[in-house]
Amino acid sequence: MYVAVKGGERAIDNAHAWLAEERRGSPDIAELTVPQIREQLALAVNRVMAEGSLFDPDLAALAIKQARGDLIEAIFLIRAYRTTLPRLGVSTPVDTGEMACDRRISATFKDVPGGQVLGPTFDYTHRLLDFKLAAEGETPTAPQAPAQGEPTPRVTDYLNRDGLIQPEPASDTTPPDLTREPMEFPANRALRLQSLTRGDEGFVLGMAYSTQRGYARNHPFVGELRIGTVPVEMDVPELGFAVGIGEITLTECESVNQFTGSKTEPPQFTRGYGLVFGQSERKAISMALVDRALRWKELGEDNVGAPAQDAEFVLSHADNIQASGFLEHIKLPHYVDFQSELELIRRIRAEAQAAQAQEAAE
Amino acid sequence: MENLTTRKGWMSLLAKAPAPALTALWETQKAPPGFEWLRPPETGGVMIRGRMGGTGAPFNVGEMTVTRCALRLESGEVGHAYVQGRDKAKARIAALIDALMQTARADALREAVLEPLAESHRAARSARAERAAATRVDFFTMVRGED
Repeated sequence: MYVAVKGGERAIDNAHAWLAEERRGSPDIAELTVPQIREQLALAVNRVMAEGSLFDPDLAALAIKQARGDLIEAIFLIRAYRTTLPRLGVSTPVDTGEMACDRRISATFKDVPGGQVLGPTFDYTHRLLDFKLAAEGETPTAPQAPAQGEPTPRVTDYLNRDGLIQPEPASDTTPPDLTREPMEFPANRALRLQSLTRGDEGFVLGMAYSTQRGYARNHPFVGELRIGTVPVEMDVPELGFAVGIGEITLTECESVNQFTGSKTEPPQFTRGYGLVFGQSERKAISMALVDRALRWKELGEDNVGAPAQDAEFVLSHADNIQASGFLEHIKLPHYVDFQSELELIRRIRAEAQAAQAQEAAE
Repeated sequence: MENLTTRKGWMSLLAKAPAPALTALWETQKAPPGFEWLRPPETGGVMIRGRMGGTGAPFNVGEMTVTRCALRLESGEVGHAYVQGRDKAKARIAALIDALMQTARADALREAVLEPLAESHRAARSARAERAAATRVDFFTMVRGED
């Protein structure tokens, strides 16, 4: 029950003023600039863009600064800003086959055309703290080698050529948009993918991990993982043709999963798909695994009752803004609610004690 | 890479050009022409779509910020801009260039503004491609111990 009360304005104003002071930290330390966050905390920026569902590195960096590094709070700020933007249009689907790859690896084929390109990865580092970074003034430079400019075809195309993997039929149907219409169940795959790509990284990771540990196990291989930039194009009605409206960084993961066949499908490999804004590879792999687990029905698999197979469970709890909104609202004043609870419990206690006294007397 | 002799080509280049570079090149040009707004700069979101498995049915990935505007030069040509981000000054310059590219100044502008922008984009892209190439794995087989 909600009852309007007045009071607390001064306390709230002062709390926000103190928040601003704490955000700045010690004035003896140089203030962090938004471009510094954008350039040097780029993976935090990427996460805020992916889960905030808005590709704009400067805005995401500003949100991180404003939120004092609390990424879910920063995502909240981006989501709130996003709702103020008029929708100018919808892009034509991006072609990740044309990606200018910084990184491109396959765990299934060693000698894949285009090669295994590691890119700027944490893999193979020893995870030892590097105290050199605590000293200032380093500007490292990366080695360069002649780029061969050869195409990097999709790994799944090779399996597809032999019919060994379930095909991914192209279509141009308009997908549902959960920012326009509330999520409804059963959710089709397009809606599930939209929900997963903006879902909380930790939650999607946990769900994906559960499938690896045996809850709806589906034997995933990373068929291909690529990170790089793709151009974005949109049809402009006043011109009558599509123009490029910019360039974005994406991470794409295609999982290849063992599949022994079902009542409706022959034995073949199946796919899970992850596509996430920015360099976000943990999230993209997680998304592919969860996507694959959620496809049990269309592939004619059994529902073994695993959490990752339950679309309603996964998609209803993947959004960290919805989740923290509902979770954190319980710290706001519930004085009247609680007053009625208090009265109820007193009455029940009094009744129970009276009944006991009566029993003892009889 | 964009074909700078087509409207699609130069608009696509202007959309992703970094604002400081575009502004600096534009300011080397002679006095900007007079114009009237047909649609003053407006920032909004464009929903980006991807395809399942990279090639299948489309789905919505998330939005990006885009600023658009339209203007008409005193000489009558109409310029449009759809540029990435929220920079309204950049959108205005892009629309002015789009309009001027339909006039006799096209060749001069292409040489003075568009080609340098395209060149720096190419250079940035190949700098990344060359760093990526240096991280390409060359596999070799270890000598095996059976003989």
